Amino acid sequence: MTTSLTNLKNLNKQLSLNFNQEKVPTRNGYGDALVELGKKNKNIMVLCADLSESTRVEKFAKTYPSQFVEIGVAEQNLVTVASGLAAMGKIPFASSYACFCPGRCWEQIRTTICYNNQNVKIIGAHAGISVGPDGATHQMLEDIALMRSLPNMIVVVPADYNQTLRATNALAAHKGPAYMRFARDKTPQLTTKKTPFKIGEAQVLKGGSDICLIGAGPIIYECLEAASLLQEKNINAMVINCHTIKPLDHKTILDAAKKCQKIITVEEAQIAGGLGGVITEYLSEIYPVPIKRIGVRDHFGESGEPAQLLHKFGFSAQHIMDEATKMVGKKA
Amino acid sequence: MNNNTIKKISNIKQLELMANTIRKDLLLSLMEAKSGHSAGPLGMADIFTALYFNILNHNPKNPLWEKRDYLVLSNGHICPVLYATMANAGYFPKKELLTLRKLGTRLQGHPHREALPGLETTSGPLGSGLSQASGMAYALKLDKKPNLVFCLTSDGEHEEGNTWEAILFAAKNQLNNLIVIIDRNYIQIDGDTENIMPLNPLDKKYQSFNWNVVKINGNNMKEIIAALKKSQKNKNKPLVIIANTTPGKGVSFMENDYLWHGKPPTKEQGDIAIAELCKIESKLKGKNCKLCNLANEQCACIEQR
Repeated sequence: MTTSLTNLKNLNKQLSLNFNQEKVPTRNGYGDALVELGKKNKNIMVLCADLSESTRVEKFAKTYPSQFVEIGVAEQNLVTVASGLAAMGKIPFASSYACFCPGRCWEQIRTTICYNNQNVKIIGAHAGISVGPDGATHQMLEDIALMRSLPNMIVVVPADYNQTLRATNALAAHKGPAYMRFARDKTPQLTTKKTPFKIGEAQVLKGGSDICLIGAGPIIYECLEAASLLQEKNINAMVINCHTIKPLDHKTILDAAKKCQKIITVEEAQIAGGLGGVITEYLSEIYPVPIKRIGVRDHFGESGEPAQLLHKFGFSAQHIMDEATKMVGKKA
Repeated sequence: MNNNTIKKISNIKQLELMANTIRKDLLLSLMEAKSGHSAGPLGMADIFTALYFNILNHNPKNPLWEKRDYLVLSNGHICPVLYATMANAGYFPKKELLTLRKLGTRLQGHPHREALPGLETTSGPLGSGLSQASGMAYALKLDKKPNLVFCLTSDGEHEEGNTWEAILFAAKNQLNNLIVIIDRNYIQIDGDTENIMPLNPLDKKYQSFNWNVVKINGNNMKEIIAALKKSQKNKNKPLVIIANTTPGKGVSFMENDYLWHGKPPTKEQGDIAIAELCKIESKLKGKNCKLCNLANEQCACIEQR
């Protein structure tokens, strides 16, 4: 289906998108960015809870051993030691799987990082249903809601490898608590080194006026494919990559609502409190329009291959297209 | 920037008098707040006095002084003693102690770093102070800085898993610039620690986790000063000082009664408590309190407050 994207109309030229790139896991962008950051800034520190390979911090650990802290399997200690390091002027990146951090250590993040306002970056790898065979215990779906509800915390969900690289740098430059989540699988790339990135600035990947598809994370690629399928039906869909859940880019979202009048949100997370939550909360107060939230609906995941799970839980381009067609049809 | 550090008190009796003043001040703040914790703060007044008036390198006029030692209060609920000590050390006016827990105060019910200069962390939820102190000590060692980190914890918060994660971490990294003081008062909200979740032998637990361990009477100023002075030359391992304290120390009807863990005295109870502390003061001075007449049951200085 990849080739269909090259025929997409109304692509945002300013973003220098390129759909002919190989698939790479988002977390690789994190690991590669850290190695560069560690060289430039000796205050950058990486903490890990016995998951250095799979969170991609192994290379950093080998290159800058004095800037790397192995905590062991102790996520509460992971974030609180990070808080102490930040108090001394360090910029700690506390990395684990999202189900363990922030999953297990939410109160420590709340008190010692957010309320205490320390410059700690929380990194949740292996989030979403596409984690696959490990099953529901390891498929974190509630992290966005958990982190978004905390004062002082920002929440970033990068779309692909390049964007993760850029986001990691942006997090290091941002002074204050931040959360970033990754998927596990290799995912398609759409952004390039030339694509701009700014925390809090959503990206209109494709213009459109019949319906707006808003996604966060690698699932944005399915939104683009859905837009391509819709294009064949003469439905012109706008596609927004909402990589920052908090702070939300109010202007871009409001403009999209005004222009398209119909919105679909797509995220590999619980719709309660996630991207769907933040968009509906915002627009219901200021400019209510019909919104369909695609995500996990008060349910746990299960074992399976990533593609099978994405299909089963309704994340395929086909499913997004069906929902969009229904919404557009209603009005017609 | 003012880099004049606080003038240290070395005379034991002077330190004991200061601890007594701090006890009175914290009771006054609790009476005014009408909520808060009494027993722990009273029990820890001697240790706080020793730290702020003899041991710590710090500067009340420049709380962010880069050469300061760091004091991390993990069991944030005993902050009335921290606030009273800081006020007496000159961090803020003593009259501000009467704003404890009130709307708009810098003296939040549990300490908030950003509210009051001189606080190193925000705390209250138990069990995470030792990790933060360990992170601080780790960074100081990494940067080859001589500053020390003192972490004050309670015995009850050793029921938290996070505390033991930090104990492992500090030992692994040989954080000899970290000194932990445990307020071993054997009480927690629901009663005796050994009934609720036995912690003994706490010293042997720490030893087996590769820590240096010292046990002291946490209400004996001489012992406290000696242990803390020695702690500054600690080598290879982190150090824990298990300080046996009497909860409610100095107030006869509060001492060793767990029911005083989490409540303040009423006006009447507070007056009696302060009268008792005035008697201690007179005894320490070897003469009558200049404000009170010991012959009276009630201390006259109460009426002059």
